[in-house]
Formats: sequence, structure tokens, C-alpha cells
Amino acid sequence: MTTVERPDYKIIGTSPIRPDGAEKVTGAARYAADFKPAGLLYGAILRSPHAHARVIKIDTSEAAKMPGVMAVATHTDLPAAADKVEAIGESAVNLKELSSNILAHDKVLYHGHAVAAVAARSHFEAEAAARAIKVEYELLPPVLDVRDAMREDAPLLDENRHTKVMGGQTSDKPSNIASHNRFEDGDVEKALAESDHVVDREYRTRMVHQGYIEPHSSTAMWNSDDTIQIYTSTQGAFGVRSLTSQVLAVPLSSIRVTPLEIGGGFGGKTVIYLDPVAAVLSRKTGKPVKISMNRTDVFEATGPTSGSYIHIKLGIKDGKIHAVDATMAYEAGAFPGSPVGAGAMTMLSPYDVPNFRLNAYDVVVNKPKVAAYRAPGAPAAAFAIEQAIDEACKALKLDVLNFRDSNSSREGVKMVNGVAHPRIGAEETVQAALASDHWKSPIEGPNRGRGVASGFWFNAGMQSSVIAGVNPDGTVNLIEGSTDIGGTRASLAMQLAETLQIPFEDVRPVVADTDSIPHNDVTGGSRVTFATGLATYEAGMNIRKQMAERAAKLWNCSEDDVDYIDGELHCKKDSTKTLTFKEMAAQQARTGGPITGSASLVARGAGGAFATHIVDVEVDPETGKVEILRYTAVQDVGTAIHRAYVEGQIQGGVVQGIGWALNEEYFYDEEGHLRNSSFLDYRMPTTLDVPYIETIVVEVPNPGHPYGVRGVGEVPIVPPLAAIANAIEDATGHRFTELPISPRRVVEELNQLS
Amino acid sequence: MDAFEYVAPRTLDEAYAAMSNGKTTALLAGGTDVIVQLRENRRHADQVLDVKHIPELMALKITADGGLSIGAAVPCAVIYENAEIAAKFPAVIDSASLIGGIQIQGRASLGGNVCNASPAADSIPSLIAQDTRLVIGSKSGTRELPIEEFFAGPGKNNLQPGELLIQLKIPAPKPRSGAFFNRFIPRNEMDIAVVNAGARIQLADDGETIADAKVAIGAVAPTPLVVPAAAQALIGKPANEETFAAAGEASAAAATPIADMRGSVAQRKHLAKVLTVRALRGALERAKENS
Repeated sequence: MTTVERPDYKIIGTSPIRPDGAEKVTGAARYAADFKPAGLLYGAILRSPHAHARVIKIDTSEAAKMPGVMAVATHTDLPAAADKVEAIGESAVNLKELSSNILAHDKVLYHGHAVAAVAARSHFEAEAAARAIKVEYELLPPVLDVRDAMREDAPLLDENRHTKVMGGQTSDKPSNIASHNRFEDGDVEKALAESDHVVDREYRTRMVHQGYIEPHSSTAMWNSDDTIQIYTSTQGAFGVRSLTSQVLAVPLSSIRVTPLEIGGGFGGKTVIYLDPVAAVLSRKTGKPVKISMNRTDVFEATGPTSGSYIHIKLGIKDGKIHAVDATMAYEAGAFPGSPVGAGAMTMLSPYDVPNFRLNAYDVVVNKPKVAAYRAPGAPAAAFAIEQAIDEACKALKLDVLNFRDSNSSREGVKMVNGVAHPRIGAEETVQAALASDHWKSPIEGPNRGRGVASGFWFNAGMQSSVIAGVNPDGTVNLIEGSTDIGGTRASLAMQLAETLQIPFEDVRPVVADTDSIPHNDVTGGSRVTFATGLATYEAGMNIRKQMAERAAKLWNCSEDDVDYIDGELHCKKDSTKTLTFKEMAAQQARTGGPITGSASLVARGAGGAFATHIVDVEVDPETGKVEILRYTAVQDVGTAIHRAYVEGQIQGGVVQGIGWALNEEYFYDEEGHLRNSSFLDYRMPTTLDVPYIETIVVEVPNPGHPYGVRGVGEVPIVPPLAAIANAIEDATGHRFTELPISPRRVVEELNQLS
Repeated sequence: MDAFEYVAPRTLDEAYAAMSNGKTTALLAGGTDVIVQLRENRRHADQVLDVKHIPELMALKITADGGLSIGAAVPCAVIYENAEIAAKFPAVIDSASLIGGIQIQGRASLGGNVCNASPAADSIPSLIAQDTRLVIGSKSGTRELPIEEFFAGPGKNNLQPGELLIQLKIPAPKPRSGAFFNRFIPRNEMDIAVVNAGARIQLADDGETIADAKVAIGAVAPTPLVVPAAAQALIGKPANEETFAAAGEASAAAATPIADMRGSVAQRKHLAKVLTVRALRGALERAKENS
């Protein structure tokens, strides 16, 4: 379904084989853990066995004497970092807190918090030495639940933390509530009072992890001239450079970061954990040092997304959403910075809501500091509001999709932050869902049910740079600084091929290191195909202009008389004068040298993405197991550049959503020990747990991009949690307001087990 | 992981000799448990003794009396790909075909699964229900014991120092008998049983009354459990849903599970009942086919 007549694209909308495909399929592609320079030492990190404790003493003397050990490091090897906030794409970090997270200072704040590190000749020697480090702790009571942490008498993670409120004020008393923000419009009390029906309910989600397959790994070489090279797995090499330089207090330009292939990130590889530690150990030993996490490290000590508590009062009047009053509290983990603000700002975006009041609390708890995870903050918010809407529709006997259609947001409707939507595809996705084969097919049989939910994600723009150099054979090297996490080598090369009207295979995309290309912001916020795509388009247009100038010189005509049509230069005044792209490329040496197009920009006008999902489930009442029978995801993608990858992004988001809805959770015991830090007990779906995910690609072009691109990667994880909960309610008559809706929870509820 | 020596004896005598050289020994069959335990420092060994080169431990055959003899190191895949065994001992296949994923099944053995002594092991309730006997060897000879007497606690078995599990012996199925094993896992693959259950029943000549029965459940106690009360609820009764429900209640009553990240107490007791009933239904179907 498209809303405007689609331009006659040659490349855009096809699904060519990715440029990096063969290397990845054959195993030749090099990931961070594969990188082995000569003289490499192996690092290991000692982690806290406690959730909350004061570090009294760290004794590394025994460890330093162990066989093969070359160096030991603790927080005293990191310079005192400034207490200031640094933006990293969609989120921001406080440098002092970042440093304390990398190696604990006076306190450990979660099970798995890094305390000390060792470099040794072998990985096993390093591990053994790390175990030999003696740490004396003074145990403190842990705070694990967001609501417990908010209590006035809760143990404090940081005695000097006060609640920041809008307007720059802070609370008098110290608190685990790091910030409290409010979004408000209209008269909520009055609107709720005059509503025909009010749903008043509480929802809870647990901390979950992105579950990328590749654990973090970083190799650092601190050279004798004080330059530092880092080879790492990251979504943003420039972010690693900037954060590492600040944590180590060394000049930005002394660090060169080479991003290796990345085996998934989903937002979790936008921050740093290992890079400064490897660098410090390298400085001490004069050798390159590699530190790789194992899966337990990844679960315990990287950045999952928040557990949450959301209380919603939803008022409906005359079939319209009249009022929403919500309290939202998200766990930030050990340091402030949960995505509760994004949760609040996305929650109502699919709808036109005249009266609302959203109170958003960012709360620290004794769990790992959260990082971005695919549409950070939005899925938990959608889990709450989309269930409340479902409940209201059922109470009022309203069709759940028609209700969403008639309440839909559209161009000009303001989001809760006061910003009006530009042209968006909210209604179009709901209407495409209404028209889908899935919606029109009946759901029959005992213990079966159907649910729907919608969702929104902003998408990001930010800074991008590319350099495109024309080779003498007519191919083009596309040098980019956006790490390729979701097929962006292909989606960028396709945009350049479209712009230059040359074959896709003639574009050679390369992801460069931080010394080889100007700044690029992180690969995140579904921004690369949009923003780096915009830079790629501009670089391509720049090449076209240079070629036209050279053709004009060759033909002794004005540049205005040169047309660029289907990858060929034509002289308007003399139809015998033409040059193909390849012919012009071959003439570079004698027409002024190599032709290079480049562009650097801050991309504005990222188009928001909307999605509506339909899911059918069957519940086994004896075991509580939920089977996903059928799943259809409808999404406005702007313009699908690489169609198969767009569908793949949608399917991937849905699968992560299914896991989050049904089984995934950080399971802590009362002392704050993470008990399920393996893929065995942290249950992500396997291929046998999900059906084929049907996709319906809606194309409402983004006016902010020459090809109409909207980010597609994040919004597909927003609706599944609620859609599945709504389907389970439809199947069983029981509404599950707490995630995960695991077999345990379902079987206990359906059989009234204590 | 600390450094260790690797030894691969070719005979039982070589194995016994290596096991009495004073070193801490870890036995390696498929290695799917022990390698992980060593790598994650959950276990330490001076030497790892690979038993896959000892013929007795790799032998798999249906014996003259119709019983099944399984060498302790025979991989699960070799067992379930044997058509004759699959036809005559389907409950063995129930277990062998769902321990781990396909790659794991190419290495993992039933003997290893038994020796690892996990309360949630997927082979054990099935083997108990089928009256499996274990053949254990040492320098001083061999001994046999019923499998249910082999377990001492989570991860602990009753092998004495110098002893080695050689073989699992399952008696020939009696006429009108059938056995079945099932488990509950939250996912459809790659998971550990929240609860599992194995059952065997033998029908009387009338084809309706239960003449003999045995039920075993797992992941509900420190060791896999035989449930004599379930057998009592079955023997002499008609093979129907009412009888099975009574046996299920007996399993739930016998279960003394813990609550952990894999399940709650109430959930496990409930599943002990559900899975016992489902195992009995499967066993009944097979008993009827075997009439």
C-alpha cells in the first residue's frame, strides 16, 4: 500500500544480495574477538558477587604474582572523571558515573559490577589471576524493585543523589528517584470525571536484555607515542573514541577506533565497558590487550532495558480517548538514565488525546545500568496503554481496530511534548490492518484468541558523513562511518546507485575507522538509512554535478546544457554528445583527476514510524504455555529501500517482542543475585517458538528525505507485548498486566494455584 | 579453567588403572556437561578420562532375551536412529530425542545424562519407569543396581571412587505394556524441564485393567523420584482418565519441589499431575499397540 504515486525507482525497493554477505556466510568476516595482533595479552575482569556493597579494600598482590600475569588494574588507574553529561545519540551519560561503571570506585552497585582487571599471557591465566584478587566488602541492603526504591525509607544507592525535577530544581532530601518529569495538557481530573468509562490499572514489566549473539570484545594498543588504537564491537566508533578519551583523560585525536563487524547490538553497543580497561592494561604492559565478555558477563554487566511500573487511568467519552492520567516509573539500574522520558513521549503518539497528565520517574536500583534497547522506553509504555485501550473497547463493545482508526493521530496532532506530527502514517497502518487477510480471517477453537496493538517510535537524524570516490572503471567506493548493524551497507549503496543511476553492484561500501572519515553519530535510532542515506544522496548529487562540469568542458558547452539521465551525460544542444558514467569515470585522469563526492550533515526531518500488529494465540490451560499461531505486522516504512531487509527488521522486532512478552526477564533472588545469566535460563524464542511473521509494508513517504525514508528498525518491537497480552485475554478471559506472561504466571492464574 | 591431562583408555582395565593413579578424574563421554562445568570453573580435574574408546561403553544392542543394552557413552542420536530400538523401546527414544539440540544429541549419551544426576535429567524418569538396571565396573569387578538407587542429590550419584558406569540394561517389554516420557519446557527447544514424567503400564488379559505400573517424575525433588503411590493408584484399576487423575494426584503429593528461576512450587506440583496423566495416556496407547 502506498499513499502517493511511487517514483520510477530502478534500485530502491529491490532486494539485492548484501555486499558483506559472502564474508559473513562463509565465516571470513572479522569480528572483535577474532582480532589477534602480534604479542596479544588477554584481559579478565573480576566482578562483584554482591548487589550493593562498599568496597573497603582491593588486594591485588597475590594476583600480580600468578603465572603469566603482566598487569593488574583497578579504578585507581582511571583518572577522576568530570561530573558532566555527554550525549551519545539517543541517550546521554554522566562521565563520572560511566567511569564508576567501568571499574567500581567506592561502591559496587550490582551483581557483576566490574571491580578489577588483569592482563596475562593466556585467557585462562588471566581468569585465574582475577579470581585471586581479594576484595573486602561491607554489605549494604540491595534495592531491586522500582517501587521499593522510590520509598522514602529505601536504602540509597548514592547518598548525594537528589531528584531533579523540570525547571532545574532538585529535591531537598536524597532519593533513588533521579528525576521526575511531567507532560500535561487539558484538564485531566475533569475529563476523567466526565468520561463514559474509565480503565484504572497497574502494569509491570521486568528488566530484559537485547540478547545480541556477539558478546562485547575490545582490543586496545597503547603505543609508546601515547596514541591508542582500539578494535572493538560497537554501534558507534566515534562514541567509543569520545567516551574513552574522556574516561582516560587523553586527547580525542590520540585514539583511533576501528569498528569490526558487529554481531548485534539493538542499542546495547552504544556505550563502553571494556575499551578503557583494555587501554589501561595495554599502557601498563606495552602490549595489545584484548578483553572479551562471556554470556554471563553480558547479562550481568552490560545494559539491558528497564523494568517498569505504570499506572494508567484511561477515560473514554463518546468513543474517543478523552483523558489519560499515567504514573510511569522505570528502573535505570545502578546509575540514572532510564528511557522513561521516551516512554512517556511515545505512549500516546498513535492517538489524538486532548487531556493528559504523565508523571515520569527515573529510578536507580541495584541492577546493571540500562542502555538503549530498540525503541527504548516505548514497548513498556505500549504494553500499558494498548492493554487499557483493549480493556475499554471490550467494556464498551467497540471494535479494537475501528477504535484505533477513529482515534488515530495524524499530521498536525501534537505529541505530549508539544511537537506537532508532520505527515505520518498512523491511520494508514490501522487501515491496512483492517483490510488485511489476517483480520478478515476468523479465529476459532477453544483457548484461542486474537489481539491487536499499535505503537510509535520517533526515529533519529543526527550527524553523518560519507565520502564517495569514483574509480576509473566506473565503480564507486562509498566510505562511511556508520557501523553496519542492520544491512546499511546495502541500503546506503542502493541509495547511491539510485542517485547515480548505476548498478547496485558497482557501489563498494566500506565502513571506515575514526581516522578515515569525519564524525558519524551512533548507528541507532533507526537513523542510518535515513540520515547517512541523506548524506549519501548529497554525495551522489555532488558527483553528478562534477561530472556535468567536466562534460561541459569536454563538449565546450555550458554546464546548464548537460543533462544527467539514466546514468548518462547528455548534451542538450548536440544529441551525438553523450558519455556514460563508466566513460566519464575512465576520463577522470585527463579531466581534472579523481572525482570525489562527499557530504557531512545534521539530518533534520526524521519521519516517525507507526505500526499496528495482529496476533493469534492458543493457550494450553493445563501448562500455561502460549503458542503464537499467526502474526501480522503492519508498518509505515516511508519508502522501503531494501525490501527484504525492511521485512527482516520488522520480523526481528516482533520476535524480540514475543520473547519479552512470554518468557524473558532478569530473575534476581532476594539478595540481588542474577540467577538466569545464560541463554538456557534467559529464554529468548528459538526458531521453533515463532511462526512466520507476516509483514504488510505501508509506504507513506517521509517528506524529510529525497527518497521518503523513515527508520524501520525500532517500532516493530513496540506493539507485540500488548498485542500478545490482549490476545491471551481474548483466549482465556484473564488479563495479564505483568510481564513476562510466562507459563508459570498463566498456569497459576488459570488454575488458581497459590 | 585450569590445565588438565587428557587420557583415552582403550580397555576397561586401562580405564580402572588410570582412575586409581591418585589424580582427580572427570569422566568424559559426550562431554556436553563436563566440558561446560570445567570451562566455567564449576568443577576441577587433574585428568579428563575419555571413555568413548572403550568398546563396552560404545556397544548398543538388543539382547537375546529382548532387552536393550546401552553402552554408557553411546550418543543419543545413535540410539534414536536405530529403527529396531525405536520400534521396541519408544520411551527411550522419547528421552534420547529431546536431550539438547541436534548437535548435542550427536555427542550426549544417556549414561552421561544419568551420571550427571540432574534432578531434571530427561532420560531418568523414563529409564526408571522401564526398570532400568545399571552395570557399574571397577578394578574389583562389576555390580548392578536399579537406576532409582543411583542418585544421591542434585549432581551427585552413588559411584564409588574407582567406579565407572559401563552399561544401562532395560528389560524386554512385557506383552500389553507400554512406556512413555514427557516433559514441560517453556520454549519448544533448548530448555530444561520444569517438570518431567515417565510412566509404564501393563494391561491385564482383559485389555482394560492395569496389571502393573510404574511412575517416575523429575525436577520436583533433589533426585528423580519413583512414585509408588501413583503405581498403587493404578494397579488393579481400569485404565481410564479417572484412574490416571488419581495417579496424577499421587505424583503432585509426592513432589517436593523448590522455587527457582525455572518454576514455582505450585506450578511444579501442578505440572507433576498434568505430566503424569499425559505420560499415562501415552503409555496406554503404546500398551494397546503392543497387544
